[in-house]
Amino acid sequence: MNDTNKLIDKEQLKGGAYGWPMGLWFTFFFTIPLAIIILYSFLGRGLYGGVVWQFSLAAYQGMCKASFAKVLFRTLWITAISTFLCITLALPAAYAMARSKHQTLLLFLVIIPFWTNSLIRIYAWISILATDGFLNNVLLRLHLITEPLHMIYNNGSVILVLVYMYIPFAILPLFTTIDRFDFSLLDAARDLGCTKPQSMYKVLLPNIKSGITTALIFTFIPIFGAYTVPLLVGGKDSTMIGNIIVDQVSKTRNWPLASAFSMVLTLISLIGVFWMLGSGKREKAETKRKEEKK
Amino acid sequence: MSRKYSHGISFSRTVLCLVVIFLFIPLLVVVLYSFNSNKGTEWESASLIWYEQLFLHSPRLWTAFAHSLVIALTSSFTAVFLGLLAAIAIRWYRFPGKEYIITISYLPMVLPEVIIGVSMLIFFSAIGMNLGMLTIYIAHTTFDLPFAFMMISARLDEFDYSTVEAAHDLGATELQTMTRIVVPSLMPGILSAFMMCITMSLEDFVITFFVSGPGSGTLPLYVYSMIRYGVSPVINSLSFIIILGTMVLAFCFRKFLKTIAASS
Amino acid sequence: MNGVPVSIKDVSRTYGDFTALDHVNIEIKQGEFFSLLGPSGCGKTTLLRIIAGFDFPDSGDVCFDGKSVIHLAANKRQSNTVFQTYALFPNLTVYENIAFPLRVKKFPKDQIDQKVRKYVHMVQLDEHIDKKPSMLSGGQKQRVAIARALINEPKVLLLDEPLSALDAKLRQSLLIDLDRLHDQVGITFIFVTHDQSEALSVSDHIAVFNRGKVLQIGTPYEIYEAPATKFVAKFIGETNYFDCTILSCKKEGDEYLMEVDVPELKSHVLVTDYDPQPVGAHQAFTIRPEKVRVTLHDPAVHAGQLINSFHGIVAEPVYNGFQSKLFVKLDNDGPTIRVFKQHTTFLDDGPEIEWKDEVFVNWTAADGYLVKDLDK
Repeated sequence: MNDTNKLIDKEQLKGGAYGWPMGLWFTFFFTIPLAIIILYSFLGRGLYGGVVWQFSLAAYQGMCKASFAKVLFRTLWITAISTFLCITLALPAAYAMARSKHQTLLLFLVIIPFWTNSLIRIYAWISILATDGFLNNVLLRLHLITEPLHMIYNNGSVILVLVYMYIPFAILPLFTTIDRFDFSLLDAARDLGCTKPQSMYKVLLPNIKSGITTALIFTFIPIFGAYTVPLLVGGKDSTMIGNIIVDQVSKTRNWPLASAFSMVLTLISLIGVFWMLGSGKREKAETKRKEEKK
Repeated sequence: MSRKYSHGISFSRTVLCLVVIFLFIPLLVVVLYSFNSNKGTEWESASLIWYEQLFLHSPRLWTAFAHSLVIALTSSFTAVFLGLLAAIAIRWYRFPGKEYIITISYLPMVLPEVIIGVSMLIFFSAIGMNLGMLTIYIAHTTFDLPFAFMMISARLDEFDYSTVEAAHDLGATELQTMTRIVVPSLMPGILSAFMMCITMSLEDFVITFFVSGPGSGTLPLYVYSMIRYGVSPVINSLSFIIILGTMVLAFCFRKFLKTIAASS
Repeated sequence: MNGVPVSIKDVSRTYGDFTALDHVNIEIKQGEFFSLLGPSGCGKTTLLRIIAGFDFPDSGDVCFDGKSVIHLAANKRQSNTVFQTYALFPNLTVYENIAFPLRVKKFPKDQIDQKVRKYVHMVQLDEHIDKKPSMLSGGQKQRVAIARALINEPKVLLLDEPLSALDAKLRQSLLIDLDRLHDQVGITFIFVTHDQSEALSVSDHIAVFNRGKVLQIGTPYEIYEAPATKFVAKFIGETNYFDCTILSCKKEGDEYLMEVDVPELKSHVLVTDYDPQPVGAHQAFTIRPEKVRVTLHDPAVHAGQLINSFHGIVAEPVYNGFQSKLFVKLDNDGPTIRVFKQHTTFLDDGPEIEWKDEVFVNWTAADGYLVKDLDK
């Protein structure tokens, strides 16, 4: 064996020794559990939880029930509206943050609610929206209403709290991208005759595409898989796919069905991730091609 | 640089203002209620009774907090340790399985928490492992690990590999190079990764909910049971303490806020 | 301290399809200041890393003082490296950086202190001893790196483009410092650079690299005045070069007088050299710009003088302070000849030559040079 091989061996040995502890951890506690879910979704249901070792498509057939289809559809539209609201509010907010002199202070203000325990934040909304909550109290005192309004335990409150919970996930990546944007381009666009909205739409937006995609993914996926928010501030008709999975695991103990729903959630999430990675790569390839042309 | 900052009132600044108010109103309301002597939501008079309740008469809450702390510290330490080693391996060396490790380190971050929770629960019961502190520790380490790995990798990008070669060249062993040069130089990154992991671990409810067993409840689980089964105003005073803690944490990390924003 | 001679014996290194080093042989004498010079990607840094022990050759051997070191790890070799990026330990002060090699070898504290202070003084950093690397200027960082590499008392100091990250003026003064240090410590210095002027000004010998091959090893004078190949001629300094064919070759005294055909000049050129060349051989002809004269009239040829002269127009005069560069476009759509004119005396350097002047460029046969064209 010559010395070059020895060098490569040594490098591989070091790399393996440093890299594989994490690799093994993920293999045991992420890859294998995920593989088990895939496997279980194709097995029969055990009587008291667990599975029967027999190939079965019962779980996937079970998913096609009308009530589940309704939940899936509801999950999709609630997710779509919440994500849309998050991004539309986050875009101007992140832009103003990036152009502010007090970036650190503003980041601080966004990160504090973001880091505060999610249950506390949900609880805070419950105490605001509840029938005897803060908002109804204030409105009654101001004599704007005579009877308490029903503002909680419906799809509206679910969307409101989801937006509240996940808007920092949209603001932070958008802020990071806009902060790196060269603002003199906007001046140049204005100088060349764009109106202010035109310069935003034609110069800023195309240049922060990657940030928008990241923000989209990082809000869409957790909202799509939301469990606590619909559980605590939703009504009977606000169940989302995350709630079904938990119910199937812990109450009905239909593990194959829970696994099958998890597969759907995972697949949709992965499609989102690969779309994001793909658009990132496409962008890179495009800039590279443009550079090569030069 | 002066061109970058804008002044005056504009559409975007108005939205930002409203968003920040939106983000803080719930927190302020909770803090306000925590000083209310009334058990209900009707304001009576200012009092510290719920703080007394919280600190002196809530033993189960403090047990749960102790569980949370133990799990946060141990899982964050494991995650940072494994993440540091892996970041070094991925950034500096070529070895079999590298691509697999890169991909697999990315996925737990982007999959919904429910999936991680369900798959872990099914995994633990498939291998016949009893749910408890150990399973919570494993689950927390698993979802902390991608963040620790990513934050330390980002820090490692600024680190010049020649420095390691220089240390070897000057006679240092691998262990000396690691403990005297690499780890101290990466310390800011390691610390912020550690704090990030602690925060996420203390915060997590969904995954813990799946993998906790009887008697191993963490603080978020306790809070959940408080919200679900009979709200006691103690939760308000607890919220204020948690918000304060978060503010102190964020303040300690004010220099790294931009990095944290970039990595989350 | 004494240096050791270093021999590089038939060293080759490939990375996949890329040949970084192709059968390289170099003998470096004890205590010499030796430069490895070439453009980026020519293999010079790979060779330095092989000498240091960070990389290993596919074949060949590296010997310090006649003994093979190829199987030794970097820390077991009597060499230390100064890195291009300085590679200072960012978490340690200047003092601790320089003390590091002694600390890891567990030297007694007082001995470390004494030695560190000596080396800090040697590189004139006494007042910066407690600073972190981030607070130092580029030049200061480089001096810390040098002191840290020298404190182990190596027999060979390897310098990987140590000046490339610094600005031009600082480079000059550090180069002088480096030369002084070399005289002071007396060990073998192996210096990698892509900057020919750095290599020319401090080296005892230079090896010129291109595409993994050593093209020429010689003193700076030899490399500049007698380049072995067209690449060396082009890479070292500026030059005019043309493809040519040898038409005749006859001995005149100690030298050979050759007439060569240069298609680009549409003419024949006279060259004298100590080595004869075979008639009919295809080579490259080169003449350094500072050896070309520009005159308004065709120079009178006295008996025995061998002068080549061409008529053209000054296409572009560039004033550079101590010298002027003239680009003279030859008649009949000929090539452009570069000429350097030194300004030795104020306003009295001969006739003023301006843009679009019709001039003659001329040089003696002894100043031209024939080089092998290996690039084809």
